[in-house]
Amino acid sequence: MADAKPAGEQKIMKGNAAPGAKAATGAYTPTGVSPSRRSRHKYTVRLWAVRNSRFLEWFYNRFADVFLLLHPLWNAIGYGRVERPVTFVERHVKGFLFDCRMCGQCALSSTGMSCPMNCPKQLRNGPCGGVRANGNCEVEPDMPCVWVQAWKGSQNMEKGNAIMNVQKPVNQSLRETSSWLRVTAEAAAQREAASKEGQA
Amino acid sequence: MSPDINPFDPGAPLEPLPGHSSRGRLERVLRRGEFAVTAELNPPDSANPQDVYERAAVFDGWVDGINAVDASGANCHMSSVGICALLTRMGYAPIMQIACRDKNRIAIQGDVLGASAMGVQNIMCLTGDGVQAGDQPGAKPVFDLDCMSLLETVRIMRDNSKFLSGRKLTTPPQVFLGAAINPFAPPYDFRPYRLAKKIEAGAQFVQSQYCFDVPMFREYMKKVRDLGLHEKCYILVGVGPMASAKTARWIRSNVPGIHIPDSVITRLEGAQDQKKEGKQLCIDIINEVKEIEGVSGIHVMAYRQEEYVAEIVHESGVLKGRRPWKHETLPEDALVAERLEHIREGKEENQQEMAEAAAHHPH
Repeated sequence: MADAKPAGEQKIMKGNAAPGAKAATGAYTPTGVSPSRRSRHKYTVRLWAVRNSRFLEWFYNRFADVFLLLHPLWNAIGYGRVERPVTFVERHVKGFLFDCRMCGQCALSSTGMSCPMNCPKQLRNGPCGGVRANGNCEVEPDMPCVWVQAWKGSQNMEKGNAIMNVQKPVNQSLRETSSWLRVTAEAAAQREAASKEGQA
Repeated sequence: MSPDINPFDPGAPLEPLPGHSSRGRLERVLRRGEFAVTAELNPPDSANPQDVYERAAVFDGWVDGINAVDASGANCHMSSVGICALLTRMGYAPIMQIACRDKNRIAIQGDVLGASAMGVQNIMCLTGDGVQAGDQPGAKPVFDLDCMSLLETVRIMRDNSKFLSGRKLTTPPQVFLGAAINPFAPPYDFRPYRLAKKIEAGAQFVQSQYCFDVPMFREYMKKVRDLGLHEKCYILVGVGPMASAKTARWIRSNVPGIHIPDSVITRLEGAQDQKKEGKQLCIDIINEVKEIEGVSGIHVMAYRQEEYVAEIVHESGVLKGRRPWKHETLPEDALVAERLEHIREGKEENQQEMAEAAAHHPH
């Protein structure tokens, strides 16, 4: 179908939300129309992260340990007060690496370092039935399916089997908060509870 | 009388059986080890209940369950809740589909309770097509839950008598839980594990996407058997007739997730009567897949060719003489009809006059 159409029309066909039908009405059709969100044209970094999922898993584990070591510091300043700057850093770092959507409950370690919130259906438990034969998304034809990538990424990871765990539905009230701080605070609380139990 | 019919009211739920999670016929048929047949009702674009009844009537006596689709392909139609309300009134056994595209968790849990209260015994949890596929691509996609967390939510409601929030239910919804599988889309090697995940989340039966590639399905089933999943869940294979090679081509390129190999299209193209060939192809596929170990039934999706479902089921012989539920009149109905007949003949009894006569002329 690609060769039969002139270049201009090809451009309109990109993106989604029935651009062909819209263009036929003569109405202005922006490029890269997407029903769910702005479509991206480059997935290079995201795909790099999936290819290097093993390294990122290793790095993430170290990073989580360091964050937990800093728990007394976070506690001294107050988790409430560090929330904003940490969220800022987290959004930009993870935004660059994974196209993070700041759901606030990171599942990257169970999804082969491919952020499931980039899925137009925001699936957190595996691919839908609409994946194209070339491994691209049903909704965004130009985008490689997040879950095809997740499966690839999880194959490289030491704890890649975590992809088999059934994930809970997203808690929308945690959006735009720091997942790093939450995980650290929870781990610290768990550690304290464990040490208390050990004393008793 | 068939054990799948309530002797007092053919439309009412059956007596609960130990180990069964619903009081419906589909679960009983499957648990008895019989080959089940389900079909998909084409939802009307109208507010006339008769349209639903007419479309359901063509399946009478041929299927064990009727799928009430929830805006399939993201196209607007009568809602699955509405269709189920109508069908359960008449005693049909609908399989209510819930797509996560249009409703958030609050609406979905409410619908599950409402459906179960109406007598819906089977609920099928789907993610749903993206809004871009349908007639209203500007709609807001919800996708609050996904099929997996939806399955888990309904399972928690049924088994733990609780909402997702933990609030208690006084009567849990007794439903048989279903899900969808698509062995024909990448990542192929993840698909069997995804079924395992769905079973873990609560799926008791699954219906597959259209199966046109039997070797591919066989491969999938091999892996499923290796994982022992066919013993934990009933697998119904999706089949359906293609009206013509042109339709098949259109579906292949426009409907997400349907895999049609070239051989199918060549076969259809080569036939004189493409419609007839499409039906024959469907029957051939049924005959092949029913022999695969671990297949418990078929799900016939004959979109706009619903009248062929009976023929396809009959000619493939999958029911082996078994007669699924059929809408029959009750013995009481005959009494009422007789009485109405008397009234129509003019023998009307006026209660006031009769009372008057009795009061003034005792004996």
